[in-house]
Amino acid sequence: MLAFIVRRISLTVPTLIALCFLTFMAIRLVPGDPIEVRRGERGISPERLEFFRHELGLDQPVWKQFLDYVWSLMHGDFGISIISQDSVLHEFLTLFPATVELSLFATLFAVLLGVPAGILAAVKRGSVWDHGIMGVALFGYSMPVFWWGLLLVLFCSVQLDLTPVSGRIDLLFYFEPVTGFMTIDSLLSGQDGAFSSAISHLILPAIVLGTIPLAAIARMTRSSMLEVLEEDYVRTARAKGLPPWRVIGLHALRNALIPVVTTIGLQGGTMLAGAVLTETIFAWPGIGKWLIEAIFRRDYPALQGGVLLISTLLVIVNMSVDILNAAINPRIRHGR
Amino acid sequence: MKRTLTTGAATLLAMIALGATALQAKTLVYCSEGGPENFTPALNTTGTSLDAARPVYNQLVEFERGSTNVVPGLAESWDVSPDGLTFVFHLRKGVKFHTGVNGFKPTRTLTADDVLFSFNRQSKDDHPYHKVSGGAYDYYSDMEMPTLIKSLEKVDDLTVKLVLSEPNAPILANLAMDFATIHSAEYADFLLKAGKPEQFDQIPVGTGPYSFVAYQKDAVIRYKAFADYWGGKAKIDDLVYAITADATSRYAKLKKGECQVMFGPNPADLKAIGEDKDLVLLNKPGLNIAYWAFNTQKPPFDKKEVRQAFAMAIDKDAILKDVYQGAGQAAKNLIPPTIWSYNDKVVDYPYDTAKAKELLAKAGVTTPLDIDLWYMPKQRPYNPNGKRIGEMMQADLAKIGINAKLVTYEWGEYRKRLQQGEHMTGQLGWTGDNGDPDNFFFLLGCAAARPGGQNLSKWCNKDFDDRLNQAKKLTDKAARTKLYEEMQQIAHDDMPSYNIAHSVVFEATTKNVVDYRISPFGRHEFYGVELK
Repeated sequence: MLAFIVRRISLTVPTLIALCFLTFMAIRLVPGDPIEVRRGERGISPERLEFFRHELGLDQPVWKQFLDYVWSLMHGDFGISIISQDSVLHEFLTLFPATVELSLFATLFAVLLGVPAGILAAVKRGSVWDHGIMGVALFGYSMPVFWWGLLLVLFCSVQLDLTPVSGRIDLLFYFEPVTGFMTIDSLLSGQDGAFSSAISHLILPAIVLGTIPLAAIARMTRSSMLEVLEEDYVRTARAKGLPPWRVIGLHALRNALIPVVTTIGLQGGTMLAGAVLTETIFAWPGIGKWLIEAIFRRDYPALQGGVLLISTLLVIVNMSVDILNAAINPRIRHGR
Repeated sequence: MKRTLTTGAATLLAMIALGATALQAKTLVYCSEGGPENFTPALNTTGTSLDAARPVYNQLVEFERGSTNVVPGLAESWDVSPDGLTFVFHLRKGVKFHTGVNGFKPTRTLTADDVLFSFNRQSKDDHPYHKVSGGAYDYYSDMEMPTLIKSLEKVDDLTVKLVLSEPNAPILANLAMDFATIHSAEYADFLLKAGKPEQFDQIPVGTGPYSFVAYQKDAVIRYKAFADYWGGKAKIDDLVYAITADATSRYAKLKKGECQVMFGPNPADLKAIGEDKDLVLLNKPGLNIAYWAFNTQKPPFDKKEVRQAFAMAIDKDAILKDVYQGAGQAAKNLIPPTIWSYNDKVVDYPYDTAKAKELLAKAGVTTPLDIDLWYMPKQRPYNPNGKRIGEMMQADLAKIGINAKLVTYEWGEYRKRLQQGEHMTGQLGWTGDNGDPDNFFFLLGCAAARPGGQNLSKWCNKDFDDRLNQAKKLTDKAARTKLYEEMQQIAHDDMPSYNIAHSVVFEATTKNVVDYRISPFGRHEFYGVELK
């Protein structure tokens, strides 16, 4: 097992180096530089443009900029955001907990609903349940996030007055962030109603962000379950006279979950892509909005740092999923 | 923890203020559209950042809320020398600064040192704060302050003398702009000694109607009414900016009462807002212009008749109806009607295809003629859809035998190439900075007609330019008005660029908001606003 983990970790190093290089180059291929982009109709004189490019080191050859960047990275320095003049790592750490919190709740929503729905569809294969669930899943998978989000806001918040429109907590509550996770910070603050306010603000964004993963998980659970239910050991379990819930819940589900766990892990990337839109609709101060802004404003350091940090996390998540799978399934860790 | 830094005491204070007494305190929530880059206006050019700093600060002179009139601010009066070169500002006595949430406690009131600090930071390369936070003072440089200001001196604690290098009538309006905000020199020293100068731009301390409480990045900015404000305590106790990027979400929040004032409603929602009994829809013509410049250096646009023919070939009403959808006003002059000296006697060219053809023939132009038409690659406040306008113009021009090829580039590149004069015809626009007519008319001056300059028609007309330079040096408003009126007629007759439209700005509030005024500059100002 240890050998597998070491092998898996060593594989991530080239991935991260490639990522670092690609992000660095990609943003530089987009026309317009950070100085020119911040200017309006007036434009900027060539002298001033040169001066600021020099200040930011943008007048250096690209290979030199890249080496400087890698050198700083090796010292743990992600650079300073051109827009806010704040350290990229600090900005990232300020905003990232909001995205993680939202993604966790969205995942929770997707798993708690998706797995049972998938099982139900598989067990009642061909029934109204199956068709109904798979129809809804297809619909959920194809739904544009922005449209779905606004629809929920207009219906649940404005029409029915059930949930707040946007934000992370009611503006009446104010406390200094400790962990950056509003659900935890609201508990720590000790203010009455803060926690429930934080939860109520999470409901709609978590549903919106969790919809696509929910559909993916439900479909994956169904097909995986169907496969497993045909296996000999399931038939044996049934033949032994075990009650259906034990056959499905223990014997079948445990084996069917392997591809489902992989799917959940892979949804991490989808979550971040969806987070950009979800965060915009729900005024959620997370990493998605920050990155989009960095692209529009050509904030090279923020974008490079942000993408690298997120990719690293995704690589770690995927690696953990692989390791988890290896733990569940010995065939994987022995490379068979 | 730069951004959200507050001391325990301040946090406690804010908690008491916003939590416990929330029911009694009057809180106004403004749904803004983005987070500020920092809180020092001189460093910023975006309206979002300037709006975020505004409650905290004052300038020597200020724009009256909701208008372009310049009124006394921290300077209660000023004297101008007869040659128009020297301005002596008399500061208000006893103007107090806020207490900083990082532990700064002011020991003195406003003096000339604060004024000097605020300007010297921008003008002097060796100033200890010059390089802090990037040190790009775009507005200071754009308004030509480095060449305009010869010297700025302290006469005594409450008197400042400003000497210009040449007479310049718009200078007072420049000083009312956000970049000319007055900061506390004592606060700057305090942070320098503490080794945290960058906090100066993150935790603002000013003399304004509201003091800064906290900023949670991209989420919320909180302010509190400053009890000792020189203009009298604000009627709203707590001011909150709830950052909400999406216009539909902002509207939903307004409808639900989660905010009381919202930034930029979607054009599609305007009708519904107008019909909603609980909301108020306000509008005002913006201080801007969308225009279509003819490059007078390139034939056939060197001929006046051709430019006039093009002006008659375009169906302006159709563009306003189709593209602006009611949120625009047809433009016949370069300046919008809200700016003084607007010449209403100018009669716009009619939409007349036959006459346009006739003029083209008279100018010796044979059709079909191939030209290029550059359209804006992005939406701007004055032009909601450059491409659509381009396509409509293309169709109109086809009717008089002109084949217009639509061209565009990435925004920075687009602007640069236009300024170099690579185009035959091209769209652009302008948003006024200070409400002075000069701030618009310089766009057609000879100085701006050089390659790389902002005169996209590359048009240099002596009659126009002489008046432009003369008006800049006069302090007599009536005399200036006369010159500007004449210039508008000259520009109309010679047609260097076709004025398309001035956009109309819409904002919405809930019904209980009293006396909120739309600013012609697109500012959002809350001092003087009340809640019923």
